[in-house]
Amino acid sequence: MAIGVKTMKRPGARASYVRAALQGMSLTLQHIFRPKVTMQYPEEKSTADWALAPRWRGTHRMLTDEQGRAKCVACGLCPQICPANCIKLVPGEDEQGNRYPLIYEIDEFRCVFCGYCQEVCPEEAIHVGVHYENSEFSRDRFVYDLERLCAQTHPVSSLWDPSDPKGE
Amino acid sequence: MTFFLVASIIKILVVFTVIMVGVALLTLAERRICAFMQDRLGPNRVGPQGLFQPAADGLKNLVKEETLPAEADKVLFMLAPAMSFVPALLTFAVIPFAAPLPTPWGVVDMVVANLPVGFLYILAFGSLGVYGIVLAGWSSNNKYSLLGGLRASAQMISYEIALGMSTVAVLLLAGNVTLTEVVAKQSQSLVTWNVFPLSLACFIFIVAAFAETNRLPFDLPEAESELIAGYHTEYSAMKFSMFYIAEYANMVTASALMATFFFGGYDIPFTHWDNVPPWTIAKTVATLVTFTLKVSFFLFLFIWVRWTLPRFRYDQLMALGWKVMLPLALSYVSVVATAVWFFHDRLGWAYDTRFALALFGVNVLLALPLFFVLDRGHIVSGSVAEERV
Repeated sequence: MAIGVKTMKRPGARASYVRAALQGMSLTLQHIFRPKVTMQYPEEKSTADWALAPRWRGTHRMLTDEQGRAKCVACGLCPQICPANCIKLVPGEDEQGNRYPLIYEIDEFRCVFCGYCQEVCPEEAIHVGVHYENSEFSRDRFVYDLERLCAQTHPVSSLWDPSDPKGE
Repeated sequence: MTFFLVASIIKILVVFTVIMVGVALLTLAERRICAFMQDRLGPNRVGPQGLFQPAADGLKNLVKEETLPAEADKVLFMLAPAMSFVPALLTFAVIPFAAPLPTPWGVVDMVVANLPVGFLYILAFGSLGVYGIVLAGWSSNNKYSLLGGLRASAQMISYEIALGMSTVAVLLLAGNVTLTEVVAKQSQSLVTWNVFPLSLACFIFIVAAFAETNRLPFDLPEAESELIAGYHTEYSAMKFSMFYIAEYANMVTASALMATFFFGGYDIPFTHWDNVPPWTIAKTVATLVTFTLKVSFFLFLFIWVRWTLPRFRYDQLMALGWKVMLPLALSYVSVVATAVWFFHDRLGWAYDTRFALALFGVNVLLALPLFFVLDRGHIVSGSVAEERV
């Protein structure tokens, strides 16, 4: 025994090396045949754990009116409040004087998913959604334009309401 | 002569390919079996049941950057992976893996080189494998690598002796150092498989083989918790991969040796059909399958033990090697020699089932007190002795 190695004092009668090793071997062998806990994620997400909370703040979604146009009136509140500065809005105006967004882009990489845009929106147009699977092959694809935001179909987030803290 | 050359070249190519494919599949088997033991599924995405995972890993390692430490000894650093890789493959050359194959030009032995001194060849190349690891550790110019290399050399030299001694008992029974003869001697019946008349030698051999291949519970050269990755810390890409291939090729060779020395080689149990001429292709295939099954079992044993047992402490490793395995192997050789002398020379028995059973009885008598003492840890732990004072 090298100097300074502390050895534990165990009762000799209770020591077991060979038997303990064999017990361990049989345990690991039994585990081979046990049901596996792995969930095959993209194909299988069936368990209750995978249901998202209704207050989940994920991928944005722009709601549309009956004619399929974005509800956005380009008031400019959302780029104003956005703490990550990820919303790009260029307003436009048609012949009747209705304001609409010429360019509306959200950079999902810059976004911190605070949900302020949804809270501040007077027209209930832009929303954060109950959705998280947005992988792409290039970074450019994470800048969602207006068309893409309108095309999203996932449910929108029901944000935290101070007067109804438990979401009832 | 031409026939011998052509047959040898074909055998070399086939055996090399089979071992490399086997090694690739073994890396996958290791990961999947370990996952199963931990109630997971393991890599199952690349191809059916993850079958192409080794190919993906290999491709990744080929295109990764090769790093070369600035202060490394460049020649040895490049040479070390090959030096650990080559002996692992060379050892397989003398292992008979099937019954002879008849061809229109003559009978071909199903062994790459049917050396008359096959046994000594194995011992020689078995001890050569440590050079790769030691040189890798030293040439990296990294203190952890050096410690890993030092540990590897100490460990492999310690267990080399027990390994060699345990196989001396096999030689005593076989009376020959040619491996085909060792296999032929065992194939009389199931009981004449050396695992029965030489159970303890088999035990010593298996333990020593684990130490020789640096597998857990003897993987102190790597010991990632203490030495990062030991001797291959500084290696990347294909050179790193070579160490991995070497480790698994060593496992394949060690498993094949266990099967050959103690489990009748390519002998099919309960039948004599497979080891008498005339040789047919059916016999060759059947014995090849048997040998593969035996080797697979030992490969599974390697994986099974690795994912069950924790690593030894360094002083425990040395204590087990020098205080238990070496004296045990030495005294066992003398016991077997005495028993063989008694049965063979005094009683005049030929080597058959009766002889083997009698030796098996001797082994059981020896094994009972041995395993009692080992189990109680009076030798290995080094802690109980103080407590008993």
